[in-house]
Amino acid sequence: MTVIDRVHTASPRQCWVRLGAATVAWWALYSVNLPFWDWLLGDAAGLELESRLGSGIHFFLYDTVKILLLLTGIIFLVTVLRSFMSVERTRALLGGKREGVGNVAAAGLGVITPFCSCSAVPAFIGFVAAGVPVGVTMSFLIASPLVNEVAIALLLGLFGWGPTLLYVGAGLTIAIVAGFVLGRMKPERWIEPFVFETKIGGHAIDPGMSLTWNDRIQMGLEEVGEILKKIWPYLLVGIGIGAAIHGWAPEQWFAEHAGPENLFAVPLAVLLGVPLYSNAAGILPMVEALFDKGLPMGTLLAFMMATVALSLPEMILLRRVLKPQLIGLFIAVVTVGIVAVGYLFNAVIPA
Amino acid sequence: MEIKILGHGCANCANLEKAARAAADELGVDATFTKVQDDASIVGYGVMRTPGLVVDEQLLVSGRVPTAAQVKELLEPLV
Repeated sequence: MTVIDRVHTASPRQCWVRLGAATVAWWALYSVNLPFWDWLLGDAAGLELESRLGSGIHFFLYDTVKILLLLTGIIFLVTVLRSFMSVERTRALLGGKREGVGNVAAAGLGVITPFCSCSAVPAFIGFVAAGVPVGVTMSFLIASPLVNEVAIALLLGLFGWGPTLLYVGAGLTIAIVAGFVLGRMKPERWIEPFVFETKIGGHAIDPGMSLTWNDRIQMGLEEVGEILKKIWPYLLVGIGIGAAIHGWAPEQWFAEHAGPENLFAVPLAVLLGVPLYSNAAGILPMVEALFDKGLPMGTLLAFMMATVALSLPEMILLRRVLKPQLIGLFIAVVTVGIVAVGYLFNAVIPA
Repeated sequence: MEIKILGHGCANCANLEKAARAAADELGVDATFTKVQDDASIVGYGVMRTPGLVVDEQLLVSGRVPTAAQVKELLEPLV
């Protein structure tokens, strides 16, 4: 019997007992992670932890375990919470909203609705065909990948509450403003006509309504497995590069060339990040290492947001419903927003 | 029984089809499988989060991949 089938047939009491045991195990592993590697590498293997090689290896092993634990815990929690929302409910909530209020609501819902950009096209058609304004729909589609649970998990674990809340706030603001601006440009003319002719048939089922706790826990476990399966190569490469930066990159060079005094650092970081298609899990270990080297948070967050918010595969998908002009504007508006946020953060957070 | 898998050939759709085929086999029902990949038709069934499972024109699952055992539970009353 697989784990999933076991969850499916567990009694409520079994569910809670196992969840409790899992939480304790998680906490124990998280607590012993640092002392364990300190002991194994420092005392048992006799590595000099202050040396380049020693600190690089220590960073790699300690960070891999820490990030895997954080991802598992937070993806599970977020998926279970999100199972109370659904795209159908979000659409119903956005149905009667005008622009402005609608953009704010759509960005917020984009964060809490379970959604994957692989469904961007059916969701776009479903929203627009149901009368949700195009700009409001855009706010949803921007917020959903931009403020994502993987990035929140890692930021929280690596940098704490401050940068995490700033990131969420900045992501929401970009989604609200960008959607509003796009909505003002009469974007309807750049949408493939079939979208407006689509009839939403049947009665949409709401997958959030009839779920039991067993279902929700099962979905949480499945999501953890699926995301880890998808991102582990990014994660290992990212932590590897992070470890290399940690051990070898010259602090002086970074401080001189990419420090807060260099005004071009933010747009450059964003332009580098836009075509780079990665995952927050691959980027954040590098961000952590570069932050230790004195790079400002704004530049680093802007880089991360650019990589996760705009991806070529998603643009190719959206081309089925949006004409190239609107895709171009979409990329331009979001890019400008991310650059602005980068400058703002550099101004308010001391490096 | 007519089973349709809604979605654009993503990994989830393949997994859903696998689960549905296994469930149909176990129940011993004679089912035809169709892939629906056209956006307008997918939305036409009310699906905004792929993959979707439609049986005899009735939408049973959307937005997640159920296990074969769960599909079997859903198919049983329709046999």
